[in-house]
Amino acid sequence: MKWLVSVGLGGAVLALFAAITSLAIGWTYLGTQSQIELAIRRAEARQLMEIFPAGTHDNDVVDDTFALEAETALLGLRQNRRGYRVREERRVIGVILPVTARDGYSGDIRALVGVRSDGSVAGVRVVAHKETPGLGDKVDLRKSAWILDFNARSLTDPAISGWTVSKDGGAFDQFTGATVTPRAVILATRRALEYAQLNRATLFETPVNDP
Amino acid sequence: MSQPSYSQLTLNGLWKNNPALVQLLGLCPLLAVTASTVNAMGLAAATLFVLVVSNTTVSLIRNVVSDTIRLPVFVMIIAAAVTITELLMQAFSYELYQILGIFLPLITTNCIILGRADAFARKNPLPAAAYDGFIMGLGFGLVLVLLGGIRELLGTGALFADMQLLFGPDAAQWRWEIFSVDYPFLVAILPPGAFLVTGCLIALKNQIDLSLQRRARSDDGIKAMGSKRVRVTGTVS
Repeated sequence: MKWLVSVGLGGAVLALFAAITSLAIGWTYLGTQSQIELAIRRAEARQLMEIFPAGTHDNDVVDDTFALEAETALLGLRQNRRGYRVREERRVIGVILPVTARDGYSGDIRALVGVRSDGSVAGVRVVAHKETPGLGDKVDLRKSAWILDFNARSLTDPAISGWTVSKDGGAFDQFTGATVTPRAVILATRRALEYAQLNRATLFETPVNDP
Repeated sequence: MSQPSYSQLTLNGLWKNNPALVQLLGLCPLLAVTASTVNAMGLAAATLFVLVVSNTTVSLIRNVVSDTIRLPVFVMIIAAAVTITELLMQAFSYELYQILGIFLPLITTNCIILGRADAFARKNPLPAAAYDGFIMGLGFGLVLVLLGGIRELLGTGALFADMQLLFGPDAAQWRWEIFSVDYPFLVAILPPGAFLVTGCLIALKNQIDLSLQRRARSDDGIKAMGSKRVRVTGTVS
């Protein structure tokens, strides 16, 4: 029966430690929870504000969202995501659409595309990618200003055939040593514009049940 | 085992038994996150913190926990310390948390931490164990930062980019462009560069050890004889 006592004792000590460590984690979680939510919100807001800077709108963009399901046509999303409405005096003046380009050089490229109600691009920002450092990563605004080329473009400027890299006869530059990445981002942006055009009525109408 | 002195612990952690260069422990995060200095510093700080907390706790409970259940208890302590670190980093440096990604939770499986807990902390009193955790973490962290610095410099021509992720908005100006090139030495920031630079650092350390040894020998006036054996692994104290 001696073994039973030692097993029981061991089990009890283990359980005690499980309880203590869980308590420590729980306590830290409660202490940091609000700070973490704030940090996530701030990071999200910073990305959105880059596309529609403060002063161009008067709503809280982070909270003004609509659901976009995974596999929504044209957006390439792999999971359910949210789009954002940008308003001025309650009128929707633009939307920010999450897009996923699945044809990057290494893995998915995730971006946010801001579309104004007149169908022009307010701005595009790549938020996550695994492209080659020094070559493909120039789609990131921190590395190069290339992505600003999309500003104020629309489906008619350039015409649809021009929505690719200049190597393929398009209106946008590729990078030396990297064509696949910019091509993917250009296509994803074009698809987002097409999505906005097709869903114009639902995207830019002002919901009636709104504050 | 005799009680090692603090100077011995320091020498062990930083040089003689360096976790990254001699024990070659924790290579996975070492190689994966050292593409830039700021990432390396973030992981170094997190690992250091976890090492000190786990060594301290293990030393505190060393007389309470029997040998048979010590490993699960250590793992629980380490996992808790890592989770707490992760929460704190999420709260205070969310962007860095996103960059380090999976490598923060993976600190749990870093052999240095369980290794120091089992090999040192459970046999030594609290101050020595805590100091050992600190100095081992520092030794690991210094190699991380050195590696990150070399790779960032070779790969981008600059140092200390994006420091605001760790040190607040003022640090955004710290980026120090040393040379500018159109085609950086790309391989340095790609994964193979991690292996190459780490290999060079290990070779450099062995070379320094070797020449120190040789000098010591010639000082004694004794000639080196017989086959030379280069020791590549240290003893775990």
